[in-house]
Amino acid sequence: MTDTDQTAPALVDVTLRVNGVEHTRTVEPRRLLSDFLRHDLRLTGTHVGCEHGVCGACTVLVDGDPMRSCLMFAVSAQEHELTTVEGLGTQEAMGPVQQAFVECHGLQCGFCTPGFVTTISAFIEENPDPTLEEAREAISGNLCRCTGYQNICKAVVRAAEIRRERSTSSTEAGERA
Amino acid sequence: MSRLSQRPDDAVVGRALRHESADLHVTGRALYTDDLHPRTKDVLHAWPVQAPHAHALVTDLRVAPALEVPGVVRVLTAQDVPGTNDGGIKGDEPLFPSEVCFHGQAVCWVLGETAEAARRGALAVEVDYDALPSTLTLAEAIAAESFQGAQPTVQRGDAPSALERAAHVFHGETEMAGQEHFYLETNAALARVEDDGRVFVESSTQHPTETQEIVAHVLGLQSHEVTVQCLRMGGGFGGKEMQPHAYAAVAALGARLTGRPVRLRLNRTHDLTMTGKRHGFHARWRVGFDDEGHLLALEATLTSDGGWSLDLSEPVLARALCHVDNAYWIPDVRLTGRVARTHKTSQTAFRGFGGPQGMLVIEDVLGRCAPLLGIEPHELRRRNFYVDGQTTPYGQVITQADRVRRAWDQVATDGDLDRRRAEVAEFNSTHEHARRAIAVTPVKFGISFNLTAFNQAGALVHVYKDGSVLVTHGGTEMGQGLHTKMLQVAATTLGVPLQLVRLAPTRTDKVPNTSATAASSGADLNGGAVKDACEQILDRLAQVAGERLQVPAAAVRVVDGVVVAEGTDETLSWAELVHTAYFARTQLFAAGYYRTEGLHWDSSVMQGSPFKYFAHGVAATEVEVDAFTGAHRTLRVDIVHDVGDSLSPLVDVGQIEGGFVQGAGWLTLEDLRWDTGDGAGRGRLATASASTYKLPSIADLPEVLNVTLLSRAHEEGAVYGSKAVGEPPLMLALSVREALRQACAAFGASGTSVDLPSPATPEAVFWALQEARTGARAQGHVDPGAGPTPALPDPDAPERRPESEVAVDDLAGA
Repeated sequence: MTDTDQTAPALVDVTLRVNGVEHTRTVEPRRLLSDFLRHDLRLTGTHVGCEHGVCGACTVLVDGDPMRSCLMFAVSAQEHELTTVEGLGTQEAMGPVQQAFVECHGLQCGFCTPGFVTTISAFIEENPDPTLEEAREAISGNLCRCTGYQNICKAVVRAAEIRRERSTSSTEAGERA
Repeated sequence: MSRLSQRPDDAVVGRALRHESADLHVTGRALYTDDLHPRTKDVLHAWPVQAPHAHALVTDLRVAPALEVPGVVRVLTAQDVPGTNDGGIKGDEPLFPSEVCFHGQAVCWVLGETAEAARRGALAVEVDYDALPSTLTLAEAIAAESFQGAQPTVQRGDAPSALERAAHVFHGETEMAGQEHFYLETNAALARVEDDGRVFVESSTQHPTETQEIVAHVLGLQSHEVTVQCLRMGGGFGGKEMQPHAYAAVAALGARLTGRPVRLRLNRTHDLTMTGKRHGFHARWRVGFDDEGHLLALEATLTSDGGWSLDLSEPVLARALCHVDNAYWIPDVRLTGRVARTHKTSQTAFRGFGGPQGMLVIEDVLGRCAPLLGIEPHELRRRNFYVDGQTTPYGQVITQADRVRRAWDQVATDGDLDRRRAEVAEFNSTHEHARRAIAVTPVKFGISFNLTAFNQAGALVHVYKDGSVLVTHGGTEMGQGLHTKMLQVAATTLGVPLQLVRLAPTRTDKVPNTSATAASSGADLNGGAVKDACEQILDRLAQVAGERLQVPAAAVRVVDGVVVAEGTDETLSWAELVHTAYFARTQLFAAGYYRTEGLHWDSSVMQGSPFKYFAHGVAATEVEVDAFTGAHRTLRVDIVHDVGDSLSPLVDVGQIEGGFVQGAGWLTLEDLRWDTGDGAGRGRLATASASTYKLPSIADLPEVLNVTLLSRAHEEGAVYGSKAVGEPPLMLALSVREALRQACAAFGASGTSVDLPSPATPEAVFWALQEARTGARAQGHVDPGAGPTPALPDPDAPERRPESEVAVDDLAGA
């Protein structure tokens, strides 16, 4: 992949909608989505691990689907709705997957965590009540070097449970209202 | 019970708490070193020019073309170094080399307005090389006698004579590959210059003090002019104990020369091709047993692949030699170690620090000899366990032999091993193309830095007027949960709720002269220091509380934030006490210090008691092997592990699970390959990405993994009765390798001894089982008879006399 082209190409304007907010930045046309998010938008929750689509640490949601942001150009993410780990909840109001990772001690160094959180958030939308086997399958494309995965598996199942509990209680609240 | 180990009722230590930064991690708010530059103005980015030769002289370096590239600001070369042009501590790692010693070594660094500009600039730098012959493999290095550093020997008794008397004597060779750390966060640094020229470096480093020292000596500064901070690391595993220094120094040099902040982040390819890995080892050995299978003598020479420079290779080798015994009594021993010099990355610390390699040797010996002795491997292992009062080959007395036996028995019971062994036999007799096996292996791992001087730590604890507490200590957080444990220690010692205590990032201007967060010692050492600081403050507060409550200070206790005292029903809140104490002019902060007592070690003769205690564990692993492909699955693992009285059970179990899986990766999946051919790519790392270097994924996880903490495991003389946990569990994975060996053997006739390469990848397992099935013998097999003498140390090799020991000897002599 040696690139001997030493001239920088002309810059382009890229407009992305991330976590519900629109941002425009002027960047090189081959600016990776991961770099755009991290460097240009300072959304550094998206982590870059292997840089070629194997580890999954940089996973973000593109129209709700998990995508490796290190394998995507920022320009090609225009016209799509992007969600990063920062858009899935806050410390005060965590998303179900975030809460499950905290409860289950599903992290150690935390570097792979955002990629797992985004991946699993999309997964439990599609599969609200997964078996442990399905949970393992869902995260088989993400690497963690610290935990040995046991607690991450537990967190997938627990996240689905939290999501169901929350939708039940919000339905009940709606019925009472 | 010692004051250090005694734990109050309802202590915060011992509770199963979540990771202290969990909230930040799951929401993406936790900052790592490379998250800082987008929040910093006017940053320059550094990019290396990497040499395309394993060994070559740099005959010319022309940077002018790079300066023509738009966005390139400067090229850093050897001429720019105001201090010492060396990125290590041994003086053998030139930062800007004139002689290239491994493929991918950086010869200079380009600074650009963007990383992309710096990358283009690096492509434009013109370098002329004069290629030289290279040594790549351990076999080449041994044949060429290409060694570096000391060649120590651990010796007890007279192994050659004991071998002559032994009923059964075997000899063989064992070779094991290294391992890439693959921390998910690559090495990163961000340096800036302060108003008066001081340098502030953010670095992803396990050893901030040493990073500070290297930055200072490269820049020609004193240590007080350099501050290093480590917020946290995205994994370290030993890979950031020494490797980060040079990169921090390059960033700092760039900042000093340009006046602008400089960010240096290795991309994944840089990190894989430039930073050191776990040492691969070769061992030649001969061993003697009596008729009952008791070990009588072992002679072995271990040669590690040190790569191009020494860095930590000597201490890694020392720990390897101190772990060849593992949990076994070997009366007569001679163990010699050598470090090969090869034209590869400089191999370095990696979780276990030579311990795993040393232990693998003896487990390999036992696993290969058991069938030849006609003894079941698990029986052979148990028969050779230490008993209390025996000493290790380096002279340390064994005092907790029962812990290995208790863990062993509990694994057998919890894992229902007798029944399952029968089931395995049944399975094997009814399946033509698959075999199963269960192996059990013990771990006895020495805790403390081998070098006595490093077993010290400091902490700084502030109590603010509102009662809140800020803790700084010398250890770094890399995911292992050290900060969580330190919060628990501080809350326990002060007797306050956890929410009152916060941790500040690790930095060298808060706590100086720290040791690396390494050797599993982080909680032992820093916990002792945090506890000491808290006790100093508490003693002063007790005086004030005693006056307020009209009781002797010694009667005062703080329990969950409430100040109580014997002899009175009156109480005070913690906040009230602190408030009063401030106005009574009481010092509400303290520097704590801890050093491990009772250690001594002499590197020149490799004798002493280098370890405060041993951490123990036992794992039983069942595997299944497929005859057609060598593919293998781990069906079930049962672990009982000794963490003393756990400081933080969730953290400790997480370390055990993670360590085991990482060890299994090293032994069965992770396969580092270099181009060892004669072509232009000789010396190139062929597995320089996550797509060619196989890391354990969830698919490789055991189907069942049961982890239990050993009960009745209080550790006298360690912080709140706990034990270290970072490294020891990695070696539990040797049970996977031994189970694979036994499964391969089960394809052959009874008594088949299997020589299993490491890593035991499916390919390696296939050839091993094929050999067992056909009864073929291959070179390198264990053979009866004493065989050749494992190489003796070179008398001309330098003596190892670390400066830490020289200084203490001088003191004693004075």
